[in-house]
Amino acid sequence: MQRWALWCLLAVLAVPAVAGVQAGQQAPALSLPSLSSASPAQLSLASLQGKVVYLDFWASWCGPCRVSFPQLEQLRQELAPQGFEILAVNVDEFEADAREFLEEIPVTYPVVRDGTGATPAAWGILGMPTGYLIDRQGVVRLVHQGYRKSDGTALRASIIELLGE
Amino acid sequence: MKQLICLCVVLCLCGCETVQPWERGTLAKREMQWQADAMEISLQAQINASKEASSGGQGAAGGGCGCN
Repeated sequence: MQRWALWCLLAVLAVPAVAGVQAGQQAPALSLPSLSSASPAQLSLASLQGKVVYLDFWASWCGPCRVSFPQLEQLRQELAPQGFEILAVNVDEFEADAREFLEEIPVTYPVVRDGTGATPAAWGILGMPTGYLIDRQGVVRLVHQGYRKSDGTALRASIIELLGE
Repeated sequence: MKQLICLCVVLCLCGCETVQPWERGTLAKREMQWQADAMEISLQAQINASKEASSGGQGAAGGGCGCN
Protein backbone atom coordinates (compact mmCIF):
# COMPACT_ATOMS: atom_id res chain seq x y z
CA MET A 1 0.00 0.00 0.00
CA GLN A 2 2.72 2.42 1.03
CA ARG A 3 4.78 1.62 -2.01
CA TRP A 4 1.75 2.11 -4.24
CA ALA A 5 1.05 5.50 -2.69
CA LEU A 6 4.67 6.51 -3.10
CA TRP A 7 4.68 5.61 -6.79
CA CYS A 8 1.45 7.54 -7.30
CA LEU A 9 2.95 10.56 -5.59
CA LEU A 10 6.09 10.36 -7.67
CA ALA A 11 4.09 10.01 -10.88
CA VAL A 12 2.05 13.11 -10.09
CA LEU A 13 4.96 15.20 -8.90
CA ALA A 14 7.32 14.15 -11.68
CA VAL A 15 8.14 17.27 -13.63
CA PRO A 16 8.37 16.45 -17.30
CA ALA A 17 12.02 16.85 -18.20
CA VAL A 18 12.00 19.12 -21.23
CA ALA A 19 15.23 18.90 -23.13
CA GLY A 20 15.89 22.46 -24.23
CA VAL A 21 18.16 23.65 -27.00
CA GLN A 22 21.77 23.14 -25.90
CA ALA A 23 25.09 24.49 -27.12
CA GLY A 24 26.33 22.42 -30.05
CA GLN A 25 22.86 21.80 -31.46
CA GLN A 26 21.51 23.20 -34.71
CA ALA A 27 19.18 26.11 -33.92
CA PRO A 28 15.53 25.11 -34.52
CA ALA A 29 13.62 27.04 -37.17
CA LEU A 30 11.90 30.17 -35.92
CA SER A 31 9.54 32.48 -37.76
CA LEU A 32 7.46 35.04 -35.88
CA PRO A 33 5.57 38.29 -36.47
CA SER A 34 7.66 41.40 -36.03
CA LEU A 35 7.03 44.12 -33.47
CA SER A 36 9.28 46.70 -35.09
CA SER A 37 7.82 48.75 -37.89
CA ALA A 38 11.21 48.93 -39.61
CA SER A 39 11.41 45.14 -40.06
CA PRO A 40 9.36 42.92 -42.39
CA ALA A 41 6.03 41.72 -40.96
CA GLN A 42 7.34 38.20 -40.43
CA LEU A 43 10.93 37.49 -39.44
CA SER A 44 12.69 34.17 -39.43
CA LEU A 45 15.98 32.96 -38.07
CA ALA A 46 16.71 31.49 -41.50
CA SER A 47 16.72 35.00 -43.01
CA LEU A 48 19.72 35.81 -40.80
CA GLN A 49 21.76 32.80 -41.89
CA GLY A 50 25.40 33.60 -42.48
CA LYS A 51 25.40 36.05 -39.59
CA VAL A 52 26.33 35.53 -35.96
CA VAL A 53 22.97 35.88 -34.20
CA TYR A 54 22.11 36.49 -30.57
CA LEU A 55 18.57 35.23 -30.07
CA ASP A 56 17.23 36.91 -26.95
CA PHE A 57 14.03 35.77 -25.22
CA TRP A 58 12.72 38.63 -23.08
CA ALA A 59 9.65 40.08 -21.37
CA SER A 60 8.71 43.57 -20.22
CA TRP A 61 8.29 42.49 -16.58
CA CYS A 62 11.78 40.99 -16.37
CA GLY A 63 14.27 43.19 -14.52
CA PRO A 64 17.49 41.76 -16.01
CA CYS A 65 16.02 42.25 -19.52
CA ARG A 66 15.89 45.94 -18.73
CA VAL A 67 19.62 45.80 -17.96
CA SER A 68 20.45 43.77 -21.06
CA PHE A 69 18.72 45.89 -23.70
CA PRO A 70 21.03 48.95 -23.71
CA GLN A 71 24.09 46.68 -23.63
CA LEU A 72 22.82 44.52 -26.48
CA GLU A 73 21.99 47.62 -28.50
CA GLN A 74 25.53 48.86 -28.01
CA LEU A 75 27.00 45.49 -29.01
CA ARG A 76 24.83 45.40 -32.10
CA GLN A 77 25.83 48.90 -33.18
CA GLU A 78 29.48 48.07 -32.69
CA LEU A 79 29.55 44.63 -34.29
CA ALA A 80 26.81 44.73 -36.96
CA PRO A 81 29.27 45.73 -39.73
CA GLN A 82 31.17 42.50 -39.05
CA GLY A 83 28.04 40.36 -39.47
CA PHE A 84 26.43 40.36 -36.04
CA GLU A 85 22.68 40.58 -35.52
CA ILE A 86 20.31 40.34 -32.59
CA LEU A 87 16.84 38.87 -32.82
CA ALA A 88 14.78 39.58 -29.73
CA VAL A 89 11.77 37.38 -29.04
CA ASN A 90 9.18 38.97 -26.77
CA VAL A 91 7.13 36.52 -24.70
CA ASP A 92 4.79 38.96 -22.96
CA GLU A 93 1.18 37.94 -22.61
CA PHE A 94 0.02 41.33 -23.85
CA GLU A 95 1.58 43.07 -26.83
CA ALA A 96 0.92 46.51 -25.33
CA ASP A 97 3.34 45.73 -22.46
CA ALA A 98 6.09 44.93 -24.94
CA ARG A 99 5.44 48.07 -26.96
CA GLU A 100 5.51 50.21 -23.81
CA PHE A 101 8.88 48.69 -22.84
CA LEU A 102 10.29 49.32 -26.33
CA GLU A 103 9.15 52.93 -26.22
CA GLU A 104 11.01 53.32 -22.94
CA ILE A 105 14.12 51.45 -24.09
CA PRO A 106 14.21 51.67 -27.87
CA VAL A 107 16.44 49.33 -29.84
CA THR A 108 17.39 49.23 -33.50
CA TYR A 109 17.57 45.43 -33.76
CA PRO A 110 14.54 43.42 -34.87
CA VAL A 111 12.03 42.34 -32.23
CA VAL A 112 9.54 39.55 -32.87
CA ARG A 113 6.78 38.31 -30.64
CA ASP A 114 5.25 35.06 -29.45
CA GLY A 115 2.50 35.56 -26.89
CA THR A 116 1.42 31.93 -27.04
CA GLY A 117 4.52 30.55 -25.34
CA ALA A 118 5.05 27.94 -28.05
CA THR A 119 8.50 29.19 -29.09
CA PRO A 120 10.02 29.49 -25.59
CA ALA A 121 8.59 26.05 -24.82
CA ALA A 122 10.13 24.59 -27.97
CA TRP A 123 13.51 26.10 -27.09
CA GLY A 124 13.11 24.95 -23.48
CA ILE A 125 14.10 28.21 -21.81
CA LEU A 126 14.55 27.99 -18.05
CA GLY A 127 14.69 31.66 -17.04
CA MET A 128 14.23 35.19 -18.27
CA PRO A 129 16.06 36.39 -20.19
CA THR A 130 17.68 33.51 -22.06
CA GLY A 131 19.99 34.24 -24.96
CA TYR A 132 21.33 31.87 -27.60
CA LEU A 133 24.46 32.80 -29.48
CA ILE A 134 24.24 31.18 -32.90
CA ASP A 135 27.19 30.96 -35.28
CA ARG A 136 27.23 31.60 -39.04
CA GLN A 137 26.37 27.94 -39.72
CA GLY A 138 23.25 28.11 -37.55
CA VAL A 139 24.69 26.15 -34.65
CA VAL A 140 23.94 27.26 -31.09
CA ARG A 141 27.31 27.93 -29.47
CA LEU A 142 26.37 29.53 -26.19
CA VAL A 143 23.29 29.60 -23.97
CA HIS A 144 23.16 32.62 -21.70
CA GLN A 145 20.66 32.59 -18.85
CA GLY A 146 19.79 35.70 -16.89
CA TYR A 147 21.66 38.96 -17.35
CA ARG A 148 23.87 41.06 -15.12
CA LYS A 149 25.55 44.31 -15.98
CA SER A 150 28.94 42.58 -15.92
CA ASP A 151 27.87 39.91 -18.44
CA GLY A 152 28.37 42.26 -21.41
CA THR A 153 32.16 41.89 -21.52
CA ALA A 154 32.16 38.10 -21.71
CA LEU A 155 29.31 38.11 -24.21
CA ARG A 156 31.16 40.59 -26.42
CA ALA A 157 34.26 38.37 -26.35
CA SER A 158 32.20 35.32 -27.34
CA ILE A 159 30.56 37.20 -30.22
CA ILE A 160 33.92 38.47 -31.49
CA GLU A 161 35.33 34.94 -31.34
CA LEU A 162 32.46 33.64 -33.47
CA LEU A 163 32.73 36.54 -35.90
CA GLY A 164 36.37 35.63 -36.45
CA GLU A 165 35.66 31.99 -37.36
CA MET B 1 -10.59 4.62 4.21
CA LYS B 2 -6.82 4.94 3.90
CA GLN B 3 -7.08 4.32 0.19
CA LEU B 4 -9.74 6.99 -0.15
CA ILE B 5 -7.60 9.58 1.66
CA CYS B 6 -4.65 8.62 -0.50
CA LEU B 7 -6.76 8.99 -3.63
CA CYS B 8 -7.98 12.40 -2.49
CA VAL B 9 -4.40 13.55 -1.86
CA VAL B 10 -3.31 12.33 -5.29
CA LEU B 11 -6.29 14.03 -6.94
CA CYS B 12 -5.47 17.28 -5.15
CA LEU B 13 -1.89 17.05 -6.35
CA CYS B 14 -3.18 16.81 -9.92
CA GLY B 15 -4.07 20.48 -9.55
CA CYS B 16 -0.39 21.40 -9.19
CA GLU B 17 0.82 23.37 -12.17
CA THR B 18 4.34 24.36 -13.13
CA VAL B 19 4.54 28.03 -14.02
CA GLN B 20 6.93 28.39 -16.91
CA PRO B 21 9.51 31.19 -16.93
CA TRP B 22 7.66 33.02 -19.71
CA GLU B 23 4.35 32.84 -17.83
CA ARG B 24 5.48 34.79 -14.78
CA GLY B 25 4.35 38.22 -15.89
CA THR B 26 1.50 38.32 -13.40
CA LEU B 27 3.63 36.91 -10.59
CA ALA B 28 6.23 39.61 -11.21
CA LYS B 29 3.70 42.37 -10.61
CA ARG B 30 4.18 44.64 -7.65
CA GLU B 31 0.95 43.57 -5.97
CA MET B 32 2.06 39.93 -6.12
CA GLN B 33 5.19 40.51 -4.04
CA TRP B 34 5.42 39.33 -0.44
CA GLN B 35 6.27 42.90 0.42
CA ALA B 36 5.98 45.44 -2.32
CA ASP B 37 7.87 48.19 -0.52
CA ALA B 38 11.63 47.68 -0.78
CA MET B 39 12.30 50.43 1.75
CA GLU B 40 10.07 48.75 4.33
CA ILE B 41 11.82 45.40 3.85
CA SER B 42 15.17 47.07 4.35
CA LEU B 43 13.98 48.87 7.49
CA GLN B 44 12.51 45.69 8.97
CA ALA B 45 15.75 43.84 8.28
CA GLN B 46 17.71 46.61 9.98
CA ILE B 47 15.46 46.50 13.07
CA ASN B 48 15.66 42.72 13.26
CA ALA B 49 19.42 42.71 12.87
CA SER B 50 20.05 45.40 15.49
CA LYS B 51 17.33 44.72 18.09
CA GLU B 52 16.66 41.03 17.72
CA ALA B 53 20.08 39.85 16.53
CA SER B 54 18.35 37.98 13.74
CA SER B 55 18.05 38.27 10.00
CA GLY B 56 15.96 36.78 7.23
CA GLY B 57 12.32 35.72 7.27
CA GLN B 58 11.21 38.87 5.49
CA GLY B 59 9.78 37.03 2.51
CA ALA B 60 10.88 34.88 -0.36
CA ALA B 61 13.96 35.46 -2.45
CA GLY B 62 13.46 36.77 -5.95
CA GLY B 63 10.56 38.60 -7.45
CA GLY B 64 8.70 35.61 -8.81
CA CYS B 65 9.83 36.24 -12.34
CA GLY B 66 12.49 33.55 -12.07
CA CYS B 67 15.12 35.86 -13.44
CA ASN B 68 17.23 36.58 -10.38
